[in-house]
Amino acid sequence: MANVLQTSFLPSTSSLRRRSISGSKGKSQSLQVKAKIREIFMPALSSTMTEGKIVSWMKSEGDKLSKGESVVVVESDKADMDVESFHEGFLAAIMVEEGGVAPVGSAIALLAETEDEIAEAKAKSQSSSNSTPQVVEEKPKQIEEAAPDVPAAAAAPSVPVAKAVTLGSAVHPASEGGKRIVASPYAKKLAKELKVDLGTVVGSGPLGRIVAKDVEAAAVAVPVAASPAKPDPVAPGIELGTVVPFTTMQGAVSRNMVESLSVPTFRVGYTITTNALDALYKKIKSKGVTMTALLAKATALALVQHPVVNSCCRDGNSFTYNSSINIAVAVAIDGGLITPVLQDADKVDIYTLSRKWKELVDKARAKQLQPHEYNTGTFTLSNLGMFGVDRFDAILPPGTGAIMAVGASQPSVVASMDGRIGMKNQMQVNVTADHRVIYGADLAAFLQTLAKIVEDPKDLTF
Amino acid sequence: MHSICFQATGVPRSNYIFDSCSPALAISKPINLRFCGLRKEAFGFSGLTHSSSGRVRFSSRGHSKKVSASAESNGSPPKSFDYDLIIIGAGVGGHGAALHAVEKGLKSAIIEGDVVGGTCVNRGCVPSKALLAVSGKMRELQSEHHMKALGLQVSAAGYDRQGVADHANNLASKIRSNLTNSMKALGVDILTGVGTIVGPQKVKYGKVGFPDNIVTAKNIIIATGSVPFVPKGIEVDGKTVITSDHALKLESVPDWIAIVGSGYIGLEFSDVYTALGSEVTFIEALDQLMPGFDPEIGKLAQRVLINPRKIDYHTGVFATKITPAKDGKPVIIELIDAKTKEPKDTLEVDAALIATGRAPFTNGLGLENVNVVTQRGFVPVDERMRVIDTNGNLVPHLYCIGDANGKMMLAHAASAQGISVVEQVTGRDHVLNHLSIPAACFTHPEISMVGLTEPQAREKAQKEGFEVGVAKTSFKANTKALAENEGEGLAKLIYRPDNGEILGVHIFGLHAADLIHEASNAIALGTRIQDIKFAVHAHPTLSEVLDELFKSAKVKAAALSHGPVSEPVAV
Repeated sequence: MANVLQTSFLPSTSSLRRRSISGSKGKSQSLQVKAKIREIFMPALSSTMTEGKIVSWMKSEGDKLSKGESVVVVESDKADMDVESFHEGFLAAIMVEEGGVAPVGSAIALLAETEDEIAEAKAKSQSSSNSTPQVVEEKPKQIEEAAPDVPAAAAAPSVPVAKAVTLGSAVHPASEGGKRIVASPYAKKLAKELKVDLGTVVGSGPLGRIVAKDVEAAAVAVPVAASPAKPDPVAPGIELGTVVPFTTMQGAVSRNMVESLSVPTFRVGYTITTNALDALYKKIKSKGVTMTALLAKATALALVQHPVVNSCCRDGNSFTYNSSINIAVAVAIDGGLITPVLQDADKVDIYTLSRKWKELVDKARAKQLQPHEYNTGTFTLSNLGMFGVDRFDAILPPGTGAIMAVGASQPSVVASMDGRIGMKNQMQVNVTADHRVIYGADLAAFLQTLAKIVEDPKDLTF
Repeated sequence: MHSICFQATGVPRSNYIFDSCSPALAISKPINLRFCGLRKEAFGFSGLTHSSSGRVRFSSRGHSKKVSASAESNGSPPKSFDYDLIIIGAGVGGHGAALHAVEKGLKSAIIEGDVVGGTCVNRGCVPSKALLAVSGKMRELQSEHHMKALGLQVSAAGYDRQGVADHANNLASKIRSNLTNSMKALGVDILTGVGTIVGPQKVKYGKVGFPDNIVTAKNIIIATGSVPFVPKGIEVDGKTVITSDHALKLESVPDWIAIVGSGYIGLEFSDVYTALGSEVTFIEALDQLMPGFDPEIGKLAQRVLINPRKIDYHTGVFATKITPAKDGKPVIIELIDAKTKEPKDTLEVDAALIATGRAPFTNGLGLENVNVVTQRGFVPVDERMRVIDTNGNLVPHLYCIGDANGKMMLAHAASAQGISVVEQVTGRDHVLNHLSIPAACFTHPEISMVGLTEPQAREKAQKEGFEVGVAKTSFKANTKALAENEGEGLAKLIYRPDNGEILGVHIFGLHAADLIHEASNAIALGTRIQDIKFAVHAHPTLSEVLDELFKSAKVKAAALSHGPVSEPVAV
């Protein structure tokens, strides 16, 4: 390289320059607060600047800073400027996170002179400032690993060594048995952005390397698992007036829906009283049992008595009686629909079934379901009850004999056989079936059995 | 700019081994040859009909005759010469020197053992510009945000690797043939073979397996250039561990490539590879990426060219061992801490590009025959490019230009040095001001610079006791840049407020490489800020960034020879 280009620059002179640019406003950018812990202030980058936004911290807490080194990028009313440290030391505590705004002259971080003073500075930042909810100790991070919003995870990608071993996930022949994490540059960047711990990500790239899509999948999985109930309003990403092609999943749904038109289906509805089921649910909810699992279990037990409803017509000439009762449950996921399958739902106990269900949902959200986990269903459940839907009609998925649409269980005024009027929780179910193999009487008998099981649910828990 | 193509119908086929002249030879006017600082040269077309009698041309000037080289002894300088000037190495430096020599009436020959054009044309700036042109367009097309802001709709942009590679290769061959033709047309003899200095004013050349020819010249210029420098421990296989020589052929676009060295070679390749879909890991021995650039420009460049892209980096580390991919294993890179030398990390990537700089190509030059010892391979020279021998004395009639002397390893610097030498040997003393030579890095956006960086200027100021002023303008305020939706950028002027001297200019932004010349010309001509600020720039153009830059400089009143400065007229 050219001689002229070779000369490396000197940090001391560049800090000199900084002083001449912004320090000339007569405002000292840092000042000694305590013995050896200094505050880094929001600098005045122009004469009209009253507050500045932190664009990015170029250093993380605990990093060593040398004099003249850039610490933070600040956006003023005019431009983005790098702010340099005037002293040597360690960035002990960041008091205004990225994206945060601070008035000129207010402290945005603390600088400790030695490593030992970092803790002290941290404590100080917590006590003196209410704008530091983000300061997290190192320890809790290790324990509540699954918590999605651990901010310290942002610093993780570089050294998440030990975790990988225990989780045994980053399988890479040359990664020394998981001691090191091999992730592509973009995967690392994404992990930092999406706050994904690379130690927990399974790599699908060459030689098991973690690539961007693995991180994306993991990022989707984590928040959903932690807060599944959070209702997402109509997708914010939709741009009106555009034509958006189907994703692979949406394409598959589309094909299946068209294919379903070749099957002669019919529907039979039934109203089931759920007071007993609701009471049971209340009782065992704390053990992790979900309503979906209960309904799947009840349906499976009813199907045991009506194998024809669990059958299907493959060739138009015969009944295929399935040997196991696998309840597929439709789940809406981001931009699509998938049907994780609870296999042998009649044989598996309700607690195991509930755990299995949770696992399947997590996998589905992470787009990590294996084919046998979503395409082996023999009977499908679709439940829109949680949205207050009282009744609806489902389309029969090709390759199965029947699907049951479950509405919400609602308190209803009911006239009983003995001439009384009472209040009962009632739920409407509506089964769509392939009439080549399943006839009206079959469904009627099945629904009657199901109603009995739901209305007297003691068998559900064995 | 247009090229003039014409048919040279009556050209007799010459017997140069390498001569590929065909009757339908098309020659572009060298105005199109301005790559890497090639000189624009006004030349007559008479050279086309030059003699085909062989290596030595009998010119009308009559200062040449065919000599029997073997009869000469090697010890003493010959009394008469085959040539006025012989240049060893037909790269951009040699080409520039040759063209200027012809202009000055020197009978010249150029010796080339490989292909005409040297590194720049064949394995450097020229093919890389082709790749960067592609990457720039890809980047634009892929930037939905950018396109949308302009109201454009583009569906998924893709590329064909071979097509891109062909573009680079075709450009190199086109420029190579332009270069060859321009020299032939001017009557510069192109001698094929490896040139070796056998004694004062005496050079032998020849191809392997053929008898050597010995030619004499009044003056000799060494312009043998450089080759990629590969630190020891790094095994280059040309497929997965490569240098820029291989990378420019673009035989593959790896998913993940490590680039060792974040100077402008590495930076340009990171631009190409990321635009084509690769992810990049930089390995830099110094503590900061982009060493050598003005720190402020470097920081901004990092925020635009590195951070938002699929690039990560390791700084302050040496790659001590790089093993190419084989037997299903990836490329393995072992890193040690640059300071403590402790093992630091091991990387496994799909490919590694070694961009750790370039080493002079001076082996086998026969420098020992004139008592010259290279320093780390570089030929020692004084400020006039005169070669210095082991005793510290100048070797008469021997010059060295370009990468081989290591003063400033840029193609156009070599060319400028060559011209400077020709000026000297034709009786006009000339010392090239290297601080006026611009440099550019053709990333998107581009980086360019001339003169001193701010720390260099401050160091100099401290030593010499003057004050340093810094002025900056942003592309954000430039109409043309905003029209292009490319407002990201900064121009920075380092100057002396006491006399208005321009010490350095650094630009990061759209077309920075083209914009720098206003500043480099000013430095070369000694134009002061108080004068150049009155020069008018067309509106709206990117050049106004520099206009505003000069106008924002605060030159002390004492330096103003024009009396009170009138306010610049708003456009």
